Amino acid sequence: MIKTTPFYENHIRYGAKLVDFVGYNLPIQYKNGIVAEVKNIRENAGIFDVSHMGEIEIKGTQALKFTNHIVTNDVERLNTNQILYTVMCYPNGGIVDDLLVYRRPESYFLVVNGANVEKDYKWICEKAESWDVQVKNLSDDIAQIAIQGPKSENIVKKLTDYEIENLPYYHSDDITFASRKVLLSRTGYTGEDGFEIYLNKSEVGDIWQQIMTAGEEFNLSPSGLAARDILRMEMVYCLYGNDISEETSPLEASLNWVVKMKKDDFIGKNFLIEQKKNGIKRKLVPFIIEGRSIPRKGYKIYREGEVIGEVTSGTHSPSIEKSIGIGYVNKEFSKSGNIIEIEIRSKKTNAEIIKSPFYTKGSRK
Amino acid sequence: MSDSNIPQDLLYTSSHEWIKIENNTMTLGITDFAQNELSDIVYVEYLISEDEDIEKDNPFCTIEAVKTAEDINSPVKGKITGINPKLPDDPALLNKDPYGEGWLLKLELSDDSFKSELMDATQYKKLTEESSH
Repeated sequence: MIKTTPFYENHIRYGAKLVDFVGYNLPIQYKNGIVAEVKNIRENAGIFDVSHMGEIEIKGTQALKFTNHIVTNDVERLNTNQILYTVMCYPNGGIVDDLLVYRRPESYFLVVNGANVEKDYKWICEKAESWDVQVKNLSDDIAQIAIQGPKSENIVKKLTDYEIENLPYYHSDDITFASRKVLLSRTGYTGEDGFEIYLNKSEVGDIWQQIMTAGEEFNLSPSGLAARDILRMEMVYCLYGNDISEETSPLEASLNWVVKMKKDDFIGKNFLIEQKKNGIKRKLVPFIIEGRSIPRKGYKIYREGEVIGEVTSGTHSPSIEKSIGIGYVNKEFSKSGNIIEIEIRSKKTNAEIIKSPFYTKGSRK
Repeated sequence: MSDSNIPQDLLYTSSHEWIKIENNTMTLGITDFAQNELSDIVYVEYLISEDEDIEKDNPFCTIEAVKTAEDINSPVKGKITGINPKLPDDPALLNKDPYGEGWLLKLELSDDSFKSELMDATQYKKLTEESSH
């Protein structure tokens, strides 16, 4: 049975094209089109229904130590209300999921991919057995909205007395927003300034409409999954299931910055130390296609007739007006500036590996 | 989308192309329904050139939309007399004006017997209503 989010009626009213995404009926785009949505978020602001995302809470006397044990980044560095991006690994270095960890006053709040909620929850519960912690899956009770774009602060400000301008990037707070208690964070998946808002599904009411009304003077547009996917690719943010998976390690995925080898033991550490010492065999790289064909997931990457890798994500980038892609290539060819060939419909097309990201003018704070 | 535009004076294929036949020349494009399904079209690559012959069901161009790539096949054998020179620079014409400036192909037909395989507007409308459920 396909689930709907509490914003379903709003999507219909704004002319959304709905698709089944990880079991939810969600907008892939609205009537202005995907490219228009991307451009408007880079210039103004967009609002997304991301209620499919999962939320898992970890509480108890060992909550900090346990959370730090299951993720690769260092949760001990977080102040209360601060957030970090991380991955969870299997002992063999493969990625269980990528996620955000919110340090809350009384708990740790994990925001995981919608497609992985059940898997993650099961994994965390299994690992939690020998620890004094309580793990709770809150995903079915929480709705999530993202407001993204350079104008998002102006919009959010109109709906709260909270001093939003003083909330730094990757920080959160419990605030009153649109007359409701919500958890609001300055985070996002677009490279723009923006906010993610979590609230109980029973509290949703007309909040979407209130935000739309507040955002009218700032050209706020409802935006779908397709725009979200392009925006994240332009920033070379990984998508689980495409660019990272159980088969890839964070070191291969160029996520070294979220792997803290110096912290206490964590799941996957031994493998990752070895892999770092021996060197990775392949690396995730961003590349720009010569011409306008679009690289897509699964296309082979060549160099001088030899297969050296595979595309994991690709699209047309409206922001830099080029065809862009992300993929794994053999480590020895992974330097920026290198020319690789992508096989697109049995024709090899040149592409240049670049330094991440594709889009460098984002308003992210 | 049952509200897509389906001109009465055109013929249609089950793969969502429209066809206009004047004398022995056929003009072909994708329907409003098809452009709406494909969504933002960002690249059109012709696989053939003018004056070439094409066989029935062979692809003559690839349309790249943001989400997907689609080959467009010729529904009939013939000699290519025109490909749309504006599309490589302005692929969005396919979204904006699929029945006008976004036309894809002109073909000289050896005979028009394949006409009997095509749908009229009423039949095509029925098809689009069925495929949007």
